[in-house]
Amino acid sequence: MSKITDMTKTHNWSGQKLVSIDHMLFEAPRTKHFMTGSEVLKEAVKRATVDASVSYPITPQSEAAHLIGELWAEGYVGVYFRGENEFGVMSEVAGCSMAGARTITTTSGPGTLRAMENFAQWSGTRAPMQLVLMARGINSPLTIQPDNLEVQYLLETGCMIWYAENVQELFDMSLAAFTVAEQPDVHVPIITAVDGFFVSHTREAVELPDDDIALQPYDPYAAPLPPIDSEMPPGRFLRDPFVMKSNYISYATHASWQWEIRSAVERSKRYARHLLNGLVHITGNEDAEIAFVTCGTASNQAKEGQRELEKLGIKSKVIKLRTIRPFPEEELIEALEGVKYVFVPEFNVVGWLANEVKAKLYGKVDVNIHAGPRVAGGMSLPAEAIIQEVMEVVNPGKGA
Amino acid sequence: MANQGPAYYSPYPAATYEGVITPPEGKALLLEDVVDEETAMREVARVMLTSENATIFPGPQVLYGWNEEAKKKATLIKEMSEVLNAKMIPMYDYRPKYPKIDAEVEINPNHPNLTIWHNNIKAAIFIGVHCHYANVALKIVRAETDCYTIAICGLSGHEDAMATLRDQHSHELEKFIKIAKEVKAELGK
Repeated sequence: MSKITDMTKTHNWSGQKLVSIDHMLFEAPRTKHFMTGSEVLKEAVKRATVDASVSYPITPQSEAAHLIGELWAEGYVGVYFRGENEFGVMSEVAGCSMAGARTITTTSGPGTLRAMENFAQWSGTRAPMQLVLMARGINSPLTIQPDNLEVQYLLETGCMIWYAENVQELFDMSLAAFTVAEQPDVHVPIITAVDGFFVSHTREAVELPDDDIALQPYDPYAAPLPPIDSEMPPGRFLRDPFVMKSNYISYATHASWQWEIRSAVERSKRYARHLLNGLVHITGNEDAEIAFVTCGTASNQAKEGQRELEKLGIKSKVIKLRTIRPFPEEELIEALEGVKYVFVPEFNVVGWLANEVKAKLYGKVDVNIHAGPRVAGGMSLPAEAIIQEVMEVVNPGKGA
Repeated sequence: MANQGPAYYSPYPAATYEGVITPPEGKALLLEDVVDEETAMREVARVMLTSENATIFPGPQVLYGWNEEAKKKATLIKEMSEVLNAKMIPMYDYRPKYPKIDAEVEINPNHPNLTIWHNNIKAAIFIGVHCHYANVALKIVRAETDCYTIAICGLSGHEDAMATLRDQHSHELEKFIKIAKEVKAELGK
């Protein structure tokens, strides 16, 4: 049973000492553990003073959702229940968040698409909930493999999207995510993505602070919207849709509102730069003419490729994007100084990251952007495939 | 139509897309420039004192006495309007009301341009308005009017206003009133 007690100024309902995000991420002593991504997400939620979590099972996130439920039983999460399906879950998450609760949920693959309408509604209502997306294939024939095609569908929902490479980043990011999403001048939902199985089910070394500390609670009274009460439904506009009034109001308000949501995502950069220690992370040779632009576990494979290329005497570097929304355009342009060839390795069939990179860099850098290599359907992306592709582009006709 | 602000003539512009972002702590924003708070306060006072039909738009956070700070701020805003010779038009309800809005009585964030056009307002202060609604209103005002907008914000400010003061509580309002009195004397108003 839950052992929830009263919240005080110094301790939360489970007796954890309340600390700042800076203390949690940068100052608190850490000890080494060996955990899967699902287990490490439980550890993050345990330290996040989470008010509410709603779940629905779908591989590969089911275990993470289950473990958050364990936290409710242990008294670390205020409210936990199972929704009727993913659409219901994302609607209920919105309700919890708009009511002033720090709220988290998880999903994967087809569940993401079933809930899709909600993500645009989330950002439209400017409620700062967190979705941890453990990406998986979405298409028929049915697959549970760790393809990340569904992220493409989320790109224009107005939500922030961060991408973790490994279990350590998943822990740190999911704590930082609440803080950034809840900043009054940001206040939009955040999706923390990882590649399913590769991160959710892989056991890795991870450094964790003690579990007797937790983040300060969410303060809905610092929100840029009026808090909910019987006279004031969330956002007010939900009760009185603009479109019912006149074309003029609908046009003026929706146009400015859509720009405003995207502006809010841009405003998140200053907080994310601090808490993520930069929006991009660069490894390899600084003066390389070959760069891999990556996110998620493709970064790991690209680093493997970078090390193998180095053995062949070829300099390259890996520019890992920690955030996709906001897109770290300035940082990427700076990191590409002196680079002649860009490769974008991906775990999906369409190459959505390559499309993003091309669109953001168009006319701004003089570089050959090669949309690949990429795999689909959950196939792994071996370093050999990366090296072969690089050699064919950089050294045509001479082979790998 | 719109001729002020960093995005100039864009329909429904957003300053962030012009690279303008809210000021860091301790600083203020005048159009695209990050400046000291006192510099911005002087400019805000000058604009309000020299613009036609300067108006303060107080929002729900200072219209209702829901905490001691709100009450104190409301009293100071009244004093501020007297020092600045400014009218006051409240923004007390966020629901869309078009075409029934009475622009003489209130401003609504979903069609703030109507109030500004109707009253020929050339400078306006938004204060105590919840940030989401302020941001939407400021974008529409900038797109559709030539009003100089000023955000006096208790949180991190609004880059879509022509002038932004952030972290403004009663202590800062007292400072602003003092500066406004000095500027008023300098201008001989």
